[in-house]
Amino acid sequence: MIPACPLAALPRGEALRIETDPPIAVFHTEDGELYAVDDTCTHQDASLADGWLEGCEVECPLHASRFDLRTGRVDAPPAKLPVRTHQVVVRDETVYVMPSDLPPNLPPGVRTGSA
Amino acid sequence: MKSVAIVGASLAGLSAARALRDQGFGGRLMIVGAEPHRPYDRPPLSKEFLAGQMTTADLALEGDGEDLDAEWRLGVAATGLEQGRPLRITLADGSAVEADGVVIATGSVARTLGGDLAGVHTLRTIEDAAALRAGLDAARRLVVIGAGFIGAEVACVARTLGLDVTIVEAAPAPFARALGPEMGTALAGLHEDHGVRLICGAAVRTLTGEGRVDGVLLEDGRRLDADVVLVGIGARPAVDWLDGSGVQVGDGVLCDTGGATSVPGVVAVGDCAAWFDPALGAHLRVEHWTGAARRPATAARTLLSGGAAVPDALAPPYLWSDQYGMRVQFAGHTLPGDEVSVEEGDLASRRFLAVYRREGRTVAVLGIDQPRSFTRWRRRVNEPAGAR
Repeated sequence: MIPACPLAALPRGEALRIETDPPIAVFHTEDGELYAVDDTCTHQDASLADGWLEGCEVECPLHASRFDLRTGRVDAPPAKLPVRTHQVVVRDETVYVMPSDLPPNLPPGVRTGSA
Repeated sequence: MKSVAIVGASLAGLSAARALRDQGFGGRLMIVGAEPHRPYDRPPLSKEFLAGQMTTADLALEGDGEDLDAEWRLGVAATGLEQGRPLRITLADGSAVEADGVVIATGSVARTLGGDLAGVHTLRTIEDAAALRAGLDAARRLVVIGAGFIGAEVACVARTLGLDVTIVEAAPAPFARALGPEMGTALAGLHEDHGVRLICGAAVRTLTGEGRVDGVLLEDGRRLDADVVLVGIGARPAVDWLDGSGVQVGDGVLCDTGGATSVPGVVAVGDCAAWFDPALGAHLRVEHWTGAARRPATAARTLLSGGAAVPDALAPPYLWSDQYGMRVQFAGHTLPGDEVSVEEGDLASRRFLAVYRREGRTVAVLGIDQPRSFTRWRRRVNEPAGAR
């Protein structure tokens, strides 16, 4: 489990990037839900934490691909592949991320440090 | 409407096909493309593809298993459009396709300086990009003619490859058409930081060399040595094939705010189309990726409703560019006389967000390495004055 931040440091409507490999984005929706996905858009290299959060969707800041944060599904192109999701846990007012075991869908030209 | 022909098989054409199917069009769909390729993404051609970080396969726009139930006619250009019922599109191989509705999405063609010297390139297609890359690999000195975004991105890749790079621009300031002179100069500073020589206010008299280019001669008599020249002086809409069709053309196919042309049953999208922009009070040809990706949904509704659908509000034009690891983003449209102010960061650090205002209204936003604030500011473009 990776500690992300104190819950108080991530207000609703905001997002945070964790410098894991690959980086993870944690979102706090206006409705108070917490979600984590790989921070890199599956289409081209852009940080989803920099994107526009609306409901349970994030819009990529570069080309406006939209992803459903609950499932990682692509809701709007140009992205073709879903973004990998991670589990979020809040314990003692701290946000933790449980990284997924599945392989990530990183865009062309972006590699993880271990690959 | 029982059949639709889309002329143009790049981003705008593919997006039109997707939009028609999404909106319930179940009829016959034909897609004509002058290039032999399935739809591919062009922005990486001057960035990751040129740098060797993306392959041809990475450029594919269609998803795995995506099936639009369309008949593809690739590698054959359209030569004419004849009005009537059905509409008839003649093709370069002598054949024709007939349809009740037509989407014009033929894009644009890079402007050239004429001549046929080897080593002189333009960049529009995947073949252009491959040829340019091979040229750069064998060269020491690159001269880019035209300080626009494609030229800047190629300059950036060439510097990374270790070439000596000079950009020549006829206007007094670089990137001025898109960004205005002040911010254009600020962006040019980024290139100078990375060792690019920039010469502004200098027109090109001629390219020199016998068979193969060896230099660029400027009007003021200066001569720049060059092994490779990239001509990045813009593009003209690919609309010659519409001569005599009755489709009204200015700088591009003239369209209303929903993409309808002067001919019933014919809409136009992408680089070849100049939609009426109410915020500007004029037709504006937008050569950006986002317009080609998004506007076809509006045009498809216009086509399927016979023009009865009320068009969506136009999203402001948006472009991005990657230069030396910095992300350049611009949304809106600037005119001479707009007020520009830096709202975040500062010019000296080359990382900043600038806002363009006209009569108190935000008309454009430029972000250099400011993706998060850009995302927020972009949504304020063209809001009424005093809305926030």
